[in-house]
Amino acid sequence: MSGAVAAGRAAAWWPGPWTRPVPREPSSMSDSPRRLCGVYEGAVQDLIDELGRLPGVGPKSAQRIAFHLLAADDHEVKRLVDALVEVKRRVRFCELCGNVAEAELCRICADPRRSDEVICVVEEPKDVVAIERTREFRGRYHVLGGAINPIDNVGPDDLRIKELMSRLADGTVQEVIIATDPNVEGEATATYLSRLIGSLEITVSRLASGLPVGGDLEYADEVTLGRAFEGRRIVGN
Amino acid sequence: MPLYRDDAIVLRTQKLGEADRIVTFLTRERGKVRAVGRGVRRTSSRFGARLEPFMAVDVQFHTGRTLDTVTQVETVGAYARRVCEDYELYTAGTAMLEAADRLVDQEHEPAVQQYWLLAGGLRALAERHHAAGLVLDSYLLRALAVAGWALSPIDCARCGEPGPHHAFNVAAGGAVCPRCRPPGSPSPAPETFTLLAALLSGDWSTADTASTRHRNEASGLVAAYSQYYLERTLRSLRMVERS
Repeated sequence: MSGAVAAGRAAAWWPGPWTRPVPREPSSMSDSPRRLCGVYEGAVQDLIDELGRLPGVGPKSAQRIAFHLLAADDHEVKRLVDALVEVKRRVRFCELCGNVAEAELCRICADPRRSDEVICVVEEPKDVVAIERTREFRGRYHVLGGAINPIDNVGPDDLRIKELMSRLADGTVQEVIIATDPNVEGEATATYLSRLIGSLEITVSRLASGLPVGGDLEYADEVTLGRAFEGRRIVGN
Repeated sequence: MPLYRDDAIVLRTQKLGEADRIVTFLTRERGKVRAVGRGVRRTSSRFGARLEPFMAVDVQFHTGRTLDTVTQVETVGAYARRVCEDYELYTAGTAMLEAADRLVDQEHEPAVQQYWLLAGGLRALAERHHAAGLVLDSYLLRALAVAGWALSPIDCARCGEPGPHHAFNVAAGGAVCPRCRPPGSPSPAPETFTLLAALLSGDWSTADTASTRHRNEASGLVAAYSQYYLERTLRSLRMVERS
């Protein structure tokens, strides 16, 4: 329901403007969408509200975590607090690739054993971790910071595409592997990038899409199966 | 009714929790429906690929207390792939989805004409029947007409005097005669008025032969007209690429 419609319904429901209750003073957490309505007091409620703002943490989970912390030893809580403070103090984004780092350059950009000729373009730092787990890729990364999504007002200028183009300008890079998510936004971003990089005489490749290892063919959807067919490869000789 | 089934077009998706998505559909019989797709972000999901924007699907929902849940999905038209292969199509298509999302504001209110219009528009876009910009402009004009804001490209939008006329006013609703013309109304080329009429009526033989200059002029007017009557900015419109 849009805000205007909601406001209209609210206005119709109340008998008159004079009988409406005076709105509460907004608290520091008034913008939290999942606030538990003041069940607890003071610090406990504040902690629940703060935890409830975290992604994937609902009001019930926030309450459970808060009471777990209340019951925990002081040194355990202090360790958590120190970790939170430390991560905010020390961690920043790599100036070259945009990955998380504790220095000017991230661990991968600072590693001289890595190949400078291949760059893998990903959406988020967590995608770097996913690819690193494969131990298949020994080149460098470039983190875009998202994917092109016009409905959410994210355009090419909002991503680290200019930084990528400046990295490609010196002629060292021979191949760019686009590893954006295999969804509509990721595919559109890959299309945009391939068009942009295509004029630079650099090989542009895209991660293959297809069947997950360990699955049954009969359960594959037609979109994935279609892509697997398109990306099939010759085996043997 | 715990289960129901409908044809639908996926308008947008939002991440929810660890591996779920909230999917907004424009359905044929129930208008806009928002539902949760459980586990669809996992690579092992059986129907995650079908719940992407631009997909036309046959979907089964389970009624929930706040949001319904998607239980089964079959593909009717897999437009997402073809649209994403061309950035111009993607930006035009995204603007169409956003406009549909705005025009069908209330959930579970039937919007059959809007559904068929969007389904036809996406198909025309994906199959490259016409230029992406023309399909978008035609869709916007027709979707607004279905919603009750029909543009008057020939006759005067205020007094109804038969046209063609030389001035255009967004607030008045299209072409305006010299007597009704509010100050500051632009005067587009006569061919632009012809193009607007063709886009509104689906006269593609006329629309396809329009020159780039008149297409650009018509797009500007359509964008201004859409944003005025939708009362909100269509964020996708500023990113639309036009060749």
